[in-house]
Amino acid sequence: MELASAQVIGAGLAAIGVGAAAAGVGYVFGSFLQGALRNPSAAGGQTATMYIGFAAAELLGLMAFAVAMIILYAR
Amino acid sequence: MAAAAKIDPMHQFAIAPIAGEELVASPFMFTNSALWMLIVTAAIVVFMWGGTRRQLVPGRWQAAVEVVTGFVGNITRQNIGPEGRAFLPWVFTAFMFILFSNWIGALPLAIVGPHPFTVTSQFTVTGVLSLTSFAIVLAVGFWKHGLHFFSLFVPHGTPFILKILIAPIEFISFLVRPFSLGLRPFVAMFAGHILLEVFGNFVVQGLNAGIDGSPLGWAIAVLCFVFVIGVNALELLVGAIQAFVFALLTALYIKDAVHLH
Repeated sequence: MELASAQVIGAGLAAIGVGAAAAGVGYVFGSFLQGALRNPSAAGGQTATMYIGFAAAELLGLMAFAVAMIILYAR
Repeated sequence: MAAAAKIDPMHQFAIAPIAGEELVASPFMFTNSALWMLIVTAAIVVFMWGGTRRQLVPGRWQAAVEVVTGFVGNITRQNIGPEGRAFLPWVFTAFMFILFSNWIGALPLAIVGPHPFTVTSQFTVTGVLSLTSFAIVLAVGFWKHGLHFFSLFVPHGTPFILKILIAPIEFISFLVRPFSLGLRPFVAMFAGHILLEVFGNFVVQGLNAGIDGSPLGWAIAVLCFVFVIGVNALELLVGAIQAFVFALLTALYIKDAVHLH
């Protein structure tokens, strides 16, 4: 297999991680909404915590993206 | 038949010199990135100056500035505590710079002329921002606690065997912080603009195909146009969230340095 085609395939495989991070981010916001709907008065104080969870979940997707970019453009 | 141009989504991130081409490859070259950083700074200065006239009853502009300052002030106060006021200038600066460059970069100015350059789509820029945050954390931590700062890596009340395991993990996660902090706003802007570029190209190619007599081309162009508008709206949201997350995480890291868990 040529290097270029292997690179493209590898980048595509690495992009799977972005989808996994999408599930994670959705889970963070979904769980927050679930809790917030049960106890709306406590929700306001927890948005910062939610965004920390969001940042942590999102980061792994961004790592996958960075890996895909490195595979795609590294020589 | 218009040949389908090859989509080149990376072209928009190319840094090109605007003036002083004779200085190519020297650090003093004035590039489009530098120009748009100046524009972002000017926009922030104008925004803040216009809103700090200290009226007792704030007008619209001052109210907008007060919302932003109050918002960032809340982040530092809630996360760091009363000591957080000392770090408000840096957190606010980083927040405003990321927010304004994200939003100015998303402006559709290209319709009338200049192509806006998203400064935060370069890892050098966000990386320097995150390194500054990291440097502040280190300086504050060592200044306040001396070598006791290293107890940050050992959580309270863990059994000894766990401590041996946890300390290296905490250390690595601490070292990854500047990287992850800078990677986040960079990739968010980078990926978003690639998406916009690709689907913007689909609009143009669809229109070309439609003019050539293919009804499917019109449908694709319209669909992609609606999609691009939606993604642009999402980009505004993501730009604001990334600025907020950067400010929040900076405040959290500074809290670690100030209070050591």
